[in-house]
Parts: sequence; C-alpha cells; structure tokens
Amino acid sequence: MIALIPRTTPAPQWQLATPLLAVLATMLTGGLLFAIMGYDPVAAIRTIFWDPLFGPASGYSRPQLLVKAAPLILIASGLAIGFRAGIWNIGAEGQYIIGAITGAAVALAFYPLEAWWLFPLMVAAGMAGGWAWGMIPAMLRNWFGASEILVSLMLVYVAQRIAAWMAFGPMRNPQGMGFPGSRNLQQYPSAANPELIAGTGAHWGVVAAAVAVLGTWVLMSRHIRGFHIRAAGTAPRAARFAGVRPAVLVAFCLGLSGALAGAAGLFEVAGPAGQITDRIGVGYGFTAIIVAFLGRLHPVGILLAGLLLALTYIGGELAQLTMGLPAATVQVFQGMLLFFLLGFDLLTRFQIRRRVRA
Amino acid sequence: MMIDPISIFLVLLGAATPILFAALGELVAERAGVLNLGVEGMMITGALAGFAAAYGTGNPFLGFLVAAIAGAAISLLFAALTQVFLGNQVASGLALTLFGLGLAAMLGKPFEGVRAPVMPAGPLRINWIVWLGLVMVPALWWFLNRTRRGLILRAVGENHEAAHALGYNVRLTRLAAIAFGGAMAGVGGAFISIATVLQWTEGMTAGAGWIALAIVVFSNWTAPGVLAGAWLFGGVTVLQLRLQAAGVAVPVQLLSMAPYLATIIVLVAISARQKYSRRAGTGAPGSLGTNFHALR
Repeated sequence: MIALIPRTTPAPQWQLATPLLAVLATMLTGGLLFAIMGYDPVAAIRTIFWDPLFGPASGYSRPQLLVKAAPLILIASGLAIGFRAGIWNIGAEGQYIIGAITGAAVALAFYPLEAWWLFPLMVAAGMAGGWAWGMIPAMLRNWFGASEILVSLMLVYVAQRIAAWMAFGPMRNPQGMGFPGSRNLQQYPSAANPELIAGTGAHWGVVAAAVAVLGTWVLMSRHIRGFHIRAAGTAPRAARFAGVRPAVLVAFCLGLSGALAGAAGLFEVAGPAGQITDRIGVGYGFTAIIVAFLGRLHPVGILLAGLLLALTYIGGELAQLTMGLPAATVQVFQGMLLFFLLGFDLLTRFQIRRRVRA
Repeated sequence: MMIDPISIFLVLLGAATPILFAALGELVAERAGVLNLGVEGMMITGALAGFAAAYGTGNPFLGFLVAAIAGAAISLLFAALTQVFLGNQVASGLALTLFGLGLAAMLGKPFEGVRAPVMPAGPLRINWIVWLGLVMVPALWWFLNRTRRGLILRAVGENHEAAHALGYNVRLTRLAAIAFGGAMAGVGGAFISIATVLQWTEGMTAGAGWIALAIVVFSNWTAPGVLAGAWLFGGVTVLQLRLQAAGVAVPVQLLSMAPYLATIIVLVAISARQKYSRRAGTGAPGSLGTNFHALR
C-alpha cells in the first residue's frame, strides 16, 4: 500500500515541477481527446502550442501574446493576493466589466474633447469602478458574514446585464445607426489605448501588468501587509492573535483585486475591444483564476502562466481557423490544466512512501 | 389578461425545479462535509448529455437518466481531486465548473438549432420531473434525519475525525455524496434543456448552479429550506418574466438582473441572521470544506 505523509512545508522542487507536469499531462490528454474527436493529435497540439510562436503565421500571432496575456496577468496578480489569505474573489469577471464601463463612461462624457489628462482619468475611473464592485462582496462579508464567493459571482451576472443595458441604452453610439454598442474609443485619440511599440502588441495594459507583477512581488515579500496576508492564509487564528484584522484584509484584498481587474477592463475597452458591447466580458476574469493557481500564487509564476494561457487562446484560434477545432476547445484545455495542477499538487504537500505493515 | 394563480404557480414550479434538484444534491454533499463549487459545471454537463440523449433516442425520460449519469460521472473528477489527491475544495470545484462549461460548449456544437422531443405531461398537467423534485424533498429529509446511513453521512460532515475513529469510511461516504450531488445537478440542468427551453445553447444554465449554492446557505442546510429557497427564486424569475411581458418601463436587461440580485439580498439576510442570532452557530456542517486525511 501507498502512504501519504504530510510535509510540514511545501516541497520547493515540486512547486516548480508540478505546473510543468500539469502542462505536459494536459497536452497528452488533450491529444487523446483530439484523436477521439477525429483530429490529428500531433498537428493539433503543435498548432496550439508551437505555431503561434514559431509557425508560418507567427508574425501576426506573436504580438497577440502580449495583448491576451496582459489582462490575465493584471487580474491574476490581484486574485493571487486574496487567495493567499483565503479570500476567494471569484467575480473578477464582473469587476473587469464594470471597470470597462466606468472607464469608458469618462471618455464618452468628455467626447469629443482632446486632452492629455483624459486617458489617465479613464484609468483611474476604471480602477475605481472595479474597486467599488469588489468592495460590495467585501463589505457584505464584513458586515453580514455573506460568502464573498457567491456574492462576487452573482455580481458577474449583474455586471453582464449592466453592460448589455449600457450597450443598448445610455451608452449607445448616437451615430451608430441604431446598432447596439458605444462609440469606438480606438477612433478617439485622447481616449484610445494604442499599440505603444509597433509590432509588439504592447499597449498601456501591458505596462500596467508589468507594474502589477513588480508591485505585488514587493507587497508580498517586502511589506508588512504581505506578511499579514500570508499569515492569515496559513494560520488564521495565530494571525488574529498577532494583530491581523480580518475585516481589513478582506476589504484590502477584494478592493485591490477589483481595482486591477477594473484596470484590465478599461485597457481592453479602450484598446483591443474598442467599445462597450454586451459581449465586453470574454472570460478573462475566470481564466485569471487558472493563471493565479498555475503561477503558484507567485508574481513571477503568474507572469509565466499568463503568457502560457495567452498562448492557448491564440493557438486555439489558430487551430479553429486551420483545423476547424471548436472554439470551446481552449476552455477545455484551460480547465484540464487546472485539474492536473490541483491533482499533481499532492506531491508538493505530501511525501509518498510505501506503507510498511506493522 | 386574467391572472390565474394556478397557472402562475405551475410556471413557478417549473422555474424552481432546476435549482431545486441542484440545491438538494449540493445539500447532501455539504452535509457530508464537501463544498462542491462545481454545481454549474455539472448542471451544464447534464443539460447537454440529457439533451443529446433525449434528441437521439426521442425519449425525454432516457435523457434525464443519461443526464444523471453524466452529472455523477463528471462529479467524480472533483471527487478524485478532493478525496484522493486531497486538493483544495474551493479550487477543485471551480476547476470542475470551468472544465464542464468548456466541455459542454465543445461537444454541444452539433446539437445547436435542433429541438428536444416534447415531454408527455404528468399528473395534474405537471411535468413528471417536477413531481420527482417535490418527492425528493421529504425523501431526503427522511434519509438525512431518520436513517442510519443519513446519520453516518451527517457525522462524517460534522466531524470527520470522530466519524473515522468510530470506523466509518469518510472517503467512501463523501464519494457517494459527491456523486449523488452530481446526478441531481445533472437532472436539474437537463430540466432546463429538455423540459423548459427545449433546445441546447452554450452556457444555458446561466448561473443557476451558483444560485443553487446560495440556496443551500439560505436553507440553513435543511431539505425543506431548500424547497423554500427554490420557490422564492422561482417566484422572482416568474415575476421578472411577467413584468417583461407586460412591457414595464424598465429596460429588459435590468429586469433580468432580478434573480441574481434577489439571491444576493437573501444570502445577506440569512448570513446576517446566522451571524447575529442569539443561538450561536449555524446549520453549517462542522467539517464543511475541509479535507480529511487519515494518518492511520
């Protein structure tokens, strides 16, 4: 028989190895799935994981990597901090949508004014919107003990409907000939979030993602609040005796992750998406949860995991185009990745020994 | 238009049924100490598998059977992660939801645009599955409170260490509870695709699984409470649809928020009562959400 002996601290070598194992297992299982569905498994895996970077069309797809990775990294950085403390913000998708709406609202309110301060103001508004949407579950948990998991999730559906309402109602483009959707911010220079260096895909959201990685690293490893967060996550009772106030942490973590998700939403609506539509939420908020876990809740890990998941998006689109794979394949891959990671995580927390009969 | 209370009640019963099934299943899992956030993923899996089977065979009842099996089968992924690999329950449940939504969307493509076979009406013009849901409420209450197996299940959920020390198989009990929860969620999801909408669309469960999770909290972990919660939710849904149909001067998108807002409000009210009530504690099982690992 096999026995599992709990480790006192997670094994560092397995913490690095398990994400790689999970990716490998996902590729193998994914290949198997493709084979069952009647596709060439080797070609499918190569199309998803290799061609976007080095294939014939990589000149187009490589810049997309940063475009897709930026929101994921930005959102996951915030989520990971909460997850460390045992605070489960599952509603980043809603905070992302609200950030896009509040940010775009500022731009539309000043249209057609051209001013240098407009874009910074939009970023601030996007972050404030995301923050406020994140503070709803935080306050409801602090005041009434309501589960932040369920409240933040319900607010995703509410946010989606607010976006639809905005696209069909108050924010509809008056020159849009009756089509739903706001004005296109890409065509409004002061409000647009363009590519900063031609051919790289890098926009202000990419810069913000880099700042978020650095900032969360400093917070978690160099700041007393980061220490409080880690303490609250590993030993909540001990943390309370050490003077950590749970309510403050809940507000801080949900507010911060909400603000970062809101910023991601604003950068998206002012850049790649261009306008508020009823489909402004494309699931980055949920995929970011996978990014956070795959990145071991560590800023550098999240950077790498964000790039990998961005690759699956682009590779998935490519496979859809060239091989006719269903669009939802990407989502299945992402789900499998998380499954395998959580499974292999056993190795970081337990030692596996052969049980000796006494 | 005459307002016929009986027909409104029938619509309410139908609107409440998917949530009722999913929430009853989750109730059993949570009473065994397992917090499975994968309800939405299991529901959508059941919605697709059930629809595919009903469409393929022309028999809606077979569809529900397949949906239950599919829901239970996919729940075993969560069971393996949490019971065998001792993974975090919150993260594993989320993984199940994300995976289930993706898998159903991927496999469901060929079933878009076709209609499900019409179900024969049951007694009193009420769908058979609605009846089944209503019967499940007292049946589960009886099982949990009046049977030996129900007692063991509650013991495992209340204090897994103690249950283990008494010689009960914590892991097996939880596996069975998770699979039952999956089967119920599968039937709930299939009710949406086979009996309500009569077709398959991507993401058609639209958060019903999450509302079911909230209703378990609302119920204070009791079967009659789950029924009350599901009816409350069904009532809000029906009211919202009636207001839409009546052309109230509120945008449709805002009206359709009502079920989610109602869920939040109810969740807050119940949580507040549980937090500030004189009788300390809630009906939440003691070991809810924590994994069990037997060293000996």
